[in-house]
Amino acid sequence: MGLKCLHCGESCGKNPVMWDDEPFCCYGCKTVYQILNEKKLEKYYDIQRMPGIKLEKVDVGNKYAYLDNEDVKLKLLDFLDGGIGKVSLYVPVIHCASCIWLLENLHTLNAGIISSSVNFPKKLVSVTFKENEVSLRQLVELMASIHYIPEINLNHLDKKDSGKSERDLLLKIGIAGFSLLNVMLYNFPEYLPGSNQLSETFVKFFGWMSFILVLPVVFYCANDYYLSAFKGLRHKVINIDVPITLGIFTLFFQSTYDIIAGSGIGYLDSLVGLVFFLLVGKWYQSKTYRALSFERDYKSYFPVAVTTLDDEGGEHSLSIADIKEGDTILIRNEELVPADAILLKGSANIDYSFVTGEAIPVEKKQGELLFAGGRQMGRNIILKVSKSVKQSYLTQLWNQDRHQKETVSNLNNVINSVSKYFTIVVLIVAASAAIYWQFNNPLLTIFAFTSVLIIACPCALALTVPFTFGGTMREFGRKGFYLKNAEVIEYLHKIDTVIFDKTGTITLSHTMKAEFKGELLSDEQLSMIKSLVANSAHPLSIAIKNSISQPAVYEVENFKEIPSLGISGIVRGSRINIGSKIFVMGTCAIPDKEYSTNVYVFAKNKVLGYFKIENVYRQGLEEVIRDLKKYHYEIFLLSGDNDAEKSTLAKIFGNDTRLLFKQSPTDKRDFVRKLKESGKTVLMIGDGLNDAGALMESNVGLTIADDIYSFSPACDGIIEAGRFGNLTKFIRITHTSINIVKISFLISFFYNVVGIGFAVQGNLSPLVAAILMPISSISVVAFAGFSVKTFSKKKID
Amino acid sequence: MSVIFFLVIVGIIVAGGFLVAFVWSVKSGQYDDTYSPAVRMLFDDTKIVSSTEQEGEKPEKDNKKKPEK
Repeated sequence: MGLKCLHCGESCGKNPVMWDDEPFCCYGCKTVYQILNEKKLEKYYDIQRMPGIKLEKVDVGNKYAYLDNEDVKLKLLDFLDGGIGKVSLYVPVIHCASCIWLLENLHTLNAGIISSSVNFPKKLVSVTFKENEVSLRQLVELMASIHYIPEINLNHLDKKDSGKSERDLLLKIGIAGFSLLNVMLYNFPEYLPGSNQLSETFVKFFGWMSFILVLPVVFYCANDYYLSAFKGLRHKVINIDVPITLGIFTLFFQSTYDIIAGSGIGYLDSLVGLVFFLLVGKWYQSKTYRALSFERDYKSYFPVAVTTLDDEGGEHSLSIADIKEGDTILIRNEELVPADAILLKGSANIDYSFVTGEAIPVEKKQGELLFAGGRQMGRNIILKVSKSVKQSYLTQLWNQDRHQKETVSNLNNVINSVSKYFTIVVLIVAASAAIYWQFNNPLLTIFAFTSVLIIACPCALALTVPFTFGGTMREFGRKGFYLKNAEVIEYLHKIDTVIFDKTGTITLSHTMKAEFKGELLSDEQLSMIKSLVANSAHPLSIAIKNSISQPAVYEVENFKEIPSLGISGIVRGSRINIGSKIFVMGTCAIPDKEYSTNVYVFAKNKVLGYFKIENVYRQGLEEVIRDLKKYHYEIFLLSGDNDAEKSTLAKIFGNDTRLLFKQSPTDKRDFVRKLKESGKTVLMIGDGLNDAGALMESNVGLTIADDIYSFSPACDGIIEAGRFGNLTKFIRITHTSINIVKISFLISFFYNVVGIGFAVQGNLSPLVAAILMPISSISVVAFAGFSVKTFSKKKID
Repeated sequence: MSVIFFLVIVGIIVAGGFLVAFVWSVKSGQYDDTYSPAVRMLFDDTKIVSSTEQEGEKPEKDNKKKPEK
């Protein structure tokens, strides 16, 4: 860690690519460096055939055979016509200029590829290729061979939206900006001294020009606000868009009347300015992390297709949705079990860490049921499907109450609760002004009424939230905490209960600590043990291997690995057995009362002792717990694993925390639901499929990821594993953000009071509106933006 | 003073031209990816030739030093 890539200077992360003893962040950089090195620099810009790229023969076997399946192929291709195909592939490892360079030169590697281009923020590669010269499968295999492995899964088969709304918003901002500048130009002469000497024709001309330019703004750029206001009213909610819509229409009709009647030029500049600022605020808030996905469901976790076996033993590739009960499927090493199935042949060693939270792979015997979602570690196995994918235990859990969360949101956020009272107060003020003038000077009745509605249009109020939350979200993103949208900030501020998952969330999922207990071992003995365990890929063996610092120098003969029992081999002439108590002691004693994972070592005819295996906790865990307690959050731990580490965890979490073990995914979800019913606002932090139900049920669900682009279940935010220690600080910053919003509200209310002061007296001139409205918006935006930046800098180094 | 009418009309036509250009650039997806074009322009020339001739013609070998069209 901490190594910098020799070629591009970015951090190499945990697994640098080594070549020539130099570290690289990715294979792209390595390849470029290789070419530079071999060709002595001058050829870098001259290379046509990329002689430097050596396609490494990675044996992918039939892994991508499903890409030959016509249905799958047609779903994946964006376009296929006259033998030319176009496909967009998601390649999560894209991260630097070398990656772009290499991927855009695919056509030099295979003549069948016409061109390829990279969309960097989305990490997509679109490739145009000649279908008859290179098949989709060959294309994907080619990319895999240069280590850019595309991620293809069921989610990608359902057609994706092409970012249309983003383009729409840009268009609206462009059009509103265009109108704004022109309309301001036409209205400007009105505000200069001596404007009353302006000839009638000019006023008319300018008025009508503004009117024409404003039409697209009112009827196209601002239509989202009308729609939202309408939707809100239909649900009997006065959201912030109601007073905005009211303001826009009053401005428009009052100005239209002025222009037609020839009595003035109207307030059209204020109107366009208002819409423009609102749109910019929306754009600022909508900046999302496009390459990250917060909406993943089981479909993204499962492969697209599996290998099925027919009666004669022939292999076919079948799309996962078409798997039926009773099908026979073949699962290779590291592949997922796609549906609940019964083991027919082979020895299964299933890693359920992502599904149930159990850290150590489980052995299954023939005839046993395997649940969907487990990953086979070891040799090929043959299964008989007992339930289709959609009906499998895990996917069922996932599909329950999917959309519940969305309907609740939007209703009770801070801005809408303010806007309700705001709208009512404004309407009352406007009505009383109208009534007053009706008795004193009826000519001013309507004007006073509309003036109040115009000046009270809550532009500044509406901009507060996007700029404060949008700014907070960006600051979080810079610090390695990515939120789905800005609304999450408000929920995060409300939480009072924090629930942690264990495996993979507060422990590191693939690292374990091994501590030897027993006789003191000599360096030689340690080295012998290490030589033996180095032969096994079992997580426990790896943990022991990593805990021994002596080098593994000895040859191992007669190495044997007995699944779920242990390993055995002859090192320097003496037999060593390492494994479970039964395996090593030879006695079928009752398993240990305590569930802790111990690995016994037997050498030279006696048991030397055992390795106590413990999980490694994430850095910063104690700090996070301590800080959370300081702010009086209630803390829970829900683990799918056994309670072997209860005492260790109790030390970290303290005795007042409830630690619950052996929780099934359904238990977790129900636990969260119960807490919510008892009036708590819950933050759930998890990482795997087993937490998916709980993450969805909770008010805010966060996942922790070592690699933010890899799979994580549907959630509201993703936090980078290395930033876990800052969790409490992130939560505290949301409190600051809410306070900033409240102060901004006060500022905008102040402007409104001043403006309404003019309006009720019936002397709101276009000039006052044109000055007051932009100033209030700009000062609120500046205040929000500036204070968010300062405070988040102060809180997180 | 009536020259102002003329100026305003000319002004709106010129500004409208830019608006049309902006609309076109958004619609053709130029704002979808604002990172890679900046990097792409630093790559070698042969790449540029081949991507402008997307219709399937491969660049000739002796073409590679030719400036782009």
